Amino acid sequence: MGLHVIKMPDIGEGIAEVELVAWHVKPGDMVIEDQILADVMTDKATVEIPSPVVGKVAALGGEIGQVMAVGSELIRIEVEGVGNVKASPAAATPVAAATHTAAIQAEAVLAAAARQAAESAVRERPAAASAQPAPAAVAQAAPREKPIASPAVRRRAWDLGIELQFVPGSGTAGRITHEDLDAFAARRPGLGTGAARYAERHEEEAVPVIGLRRKIAQKMQEAKRRIPHFTYVEEIDVTEVEALRAQLNAKFGAERGRITLLPLLARAIVLAVRDVPQVNARYDDEQGVLTRYGAVHIGIATQTDAGLMVPVLRHAEARDLWASAAEIARLAAAARSGKAAREELSGSTITITSLGALGGIVSTPVINHPEVAIVGVNRMVERPMMRAGAVVPRLMMNLSSSFDHRVVDGAVGAEFVQALRGLLECPATLFVE
Amino acid sequence: MDARSTTLLIVGGGPGGYVAAIRAAQLGIATTLVEGDKLGGTCLNIGCIPSKALIHAAEQFEQACHYAQDTSRAEALRSPLGIQVESPRIDLAQTVRWKDGIVARLSGGVAALLKKNGVQVVKGWARVVDGKTVEVTGTGQDTLRIACEHLLLAPGSQAAALPALPFGGNVISSTEALAPPSLPKRLVVVGAGYIGLELGTAYRKLGAEVSVVEALERVLPAYDEELAKPVAASLRRLGVELHLGCTVLGLSAGGDAVRIRNAQGEESALPADRVLVAVGRRPRTEGWGLEGLMLDMNGRAVRIDDQCRTSMRNVWAIGDLTGEPMLAHRAMAQGEMVAELIAGGRRHFTPAAIPAVCFTDPEVVVVGRTPGEAAQAGLDCINAVFPFAANGRALTLEAGEGFVRVVARRDNHLILGWQAVGRGVSELSTAFGQSIEMGARLEDIAGTIHAHPTLGEAVQEAALRALGHALHV
Repeated sequence: MGLHVIKMPDIGEGIAEVELVAWHVKPGDMVIEDQILADVMTDKATVEIPSPVVGKVAALGGEIGQVMAVGSELIRIEVEGVGNVKASPAAATPVAAATHTAAIQAEAVLAAAARQAAESAVRERPAAASAQPAPAAVAQAAPREKPIASPAVRRRAWDLGIELQFVPGSGTAGRITHEDLDAFAARRPGLGTGAARYAERHEEEAVPVIGLRRKIAQKMQEAKRRIPHFTYVEEIDVTEVEALRAQLNAKFGAERGRITLLPLLARAIVLAVRDVPQVNARYDDEQGVLTRYGAVHIGIATQTDAGLMVPVLRHAEARDLWASAAEIARLAAAARSGKAAREELSGSTITITSLGALGGIVSTPVINHPEVAIVGVNRMVERPMMRAGAVVPRLMMNLSSSFDHRVVDGAVGAEFVQALRGLLECPATLFVE
Repeated sequence: MDARSTTLLIVGGGPGGYVAAIRAAQLGIATTLVEGDKLGGTCLNIGCIPSKALIHAAEQFEQACHYAQDTSRAEALRSPLGIQVESPRIDLAQTVRWKDGIVARLSGGVAALLKKNGVQVVKGWARVVDGKTVEVTGTGQDTLRIACEHLLLAPGSQAAALPALPFGGNVISSTEALAPPSLPKRLVVVGAGYIGLELGTAYRKLGAEVSVVEALERVLPAYDEELAKPVAASLRRLGVELHLGCTVLGLSAGGDAVRIRNAQGEESALPADRVLVAVGRRPRTEGWGLEGLMLDMNGRAVRIDDQCRTSMRNVWAIGDLTGEPMLAHRAMAQGEMVAELIAGGRRHFTPAAIPAVCFTDPEVVVVGRTPGEAAQAGLDCINAVFPFAANGRALTLEAGEGFVRVVARRDNHLILGWQAVGRGVSELSTAFGQSIEMGARLEDIAGTIHAHPTLGEAVQEAALRALGHALHV
């Protein structure tokens, strides 16, 4: 029988002491591997200490509530075979175990250690013969002689995870060269030159939420906290409107500038809100006033390096396609370069959010408080659709729109989106006042 | 209390700490360095740099005095160079100002490098709360609490005191000796290690009467006898009194003498108006909360492994705190390595050799193993000595004293160590270190063309002599 002492482990929170909060065993109990012995607590967490061995609890190292130093004795367990208390210096790490299989393993470990010791003794003998058996010489006997390699070679070997003592050296006096290292690395599968193995990464980066990011965070929190959102998604056949856009760009692109889908959508919104004025509004929930606007000031959610910004296309109802396109482009550029004026970033009455190619199939846009509606544009994709009994390729796109359910009923939101759909699927109507 | 957090927090802005900070910041690690005194630590402010400045000034002055004495002598005894000087004087206050200027410039340079690399430098004294938290006080503001993922301890060391001769009044440490308000008439140096001898020699050259008391039987007891011999001879020539094998009993009742007892048990008193105690340095382990971490110790030093890890996870220690050899260049190399380890690299601190230099007159350099250490390690070695008396450049520098010695394995001629003593040999440490780290054999050094006429030729000749075919001896 041997004694296995378990010490209070370093639980990696940089503290030297932990509080013992519970014992799950008492002296005399039999324990098995991985059985929980005790709970210890730091100011951050409670950690369970499992048993690494099988055996009988001989003694407990502390009382509940006691603050114990990391490294102090936690518990003594009687195990079969040798424990870790009287272990030789060569086997100071707790390798001893008690099950029959583990005992065999332990024996194997010990045998290996003994063999190693014997080998090193044999190696050292010719050298040590002339010298007195000084304690220093004995201490140095365990590691093999250091391989000869330049600092650069040693560094590369560490990076490659190669132990230099296994690398045959071709230089004078067995010196290991860069070429020797390359040759050795090439022979090892899965270890190309310069390729490091996968490593755990533990870095953390605390990014202060300040400036625009804080504003965004507050605004999003405010919107989601105050507004009961509902999101309505509809599929739009944009084949016709895209054909029109291509035609307009082919014909007028050179002189008037190319237009994207956004000015067409802006135009559709301008027309749709005439039928559904409830969505082009701002709701002051503290005063209990919903203000509807004749003007359509469309916020265009824009991704910038600093974060999300919403420049405003003012009086969209008074701009034609090209004027809208030019203004949207100017606003986006101003927002991205940080030159947008304050009034260009406020006062919208309804907002469009579009991620372009990143649009996905559905999104749940957050309303730009205190507005009551936001129209999200999803990705445009060609799909097989049934038209008049035949499968035909059509260009399809989803609109994901969110509404403030306090002031916009489901039916009203749906009516608005259906109006948009009607306008976009029959683009000629976009130009009828 | 203010609070902030960082990835790597370094306690101490000496050579170990500031190098670790720069390297860590280069590797993109958020790094905070806490220093209560001046950046650069002992090395830059009260160690290596100021002592070398003082030694240089003393040497220049002594040279001038040497020429001046010559003119009063008979023709045959005059300076062989024919230089004549009349009654040189030294303005010690100006010397100290000049030294302080160099220190200020270098310390400013360290601050600029830290800033350039984006290291947060916090001025104040750190107190370790636990392995992930440090409190900084003394900044004139609130206590600052800094949380970190990695804590690097680099607080350095301080001069060891003698119980019989506590510091204070006329009993000073090397720190005060490097900024003397005036030159003492009689200086007693306790300890004949490199610090005591470097400063004792400088004071002697500046004109003080210097006595050195050493408990062991010879000077530079940490070095082998052959290396120490030319230094002892030079001290005697300069007129430094050596009291070897003597124990210090304390100050005399009047405080103007140091009482000593020799090996025969006879007591005597050495008159002194200043006493420099230079009996070694101790890791700075007290007064900043180290004990709270309960780290494993190695005597007075913090125990570390070959990656400078302490017994607590993510708490690292470098430099003098980790014990001998207490050398700036060791701390710097450790600091750089720790930064790379934290950045995810794989490194070990396993140099083949750490050079050690004494800036005595003559200088002493030791890199790698001495013949005695090689024999003790059970290695069959050869060694060979080449004297500077046979080196042309040494003679033109009036530096024909001393030698270069090489130690190599007998079987494959792998070089294990170099030692040298002589004027200006500190600069040879570069060649010595490189040859050992690169795994050079005697033939490699013998086969390298060394420029003529230089002191470095003695390096090649020592290798040739070890191979049995020196050309100039």
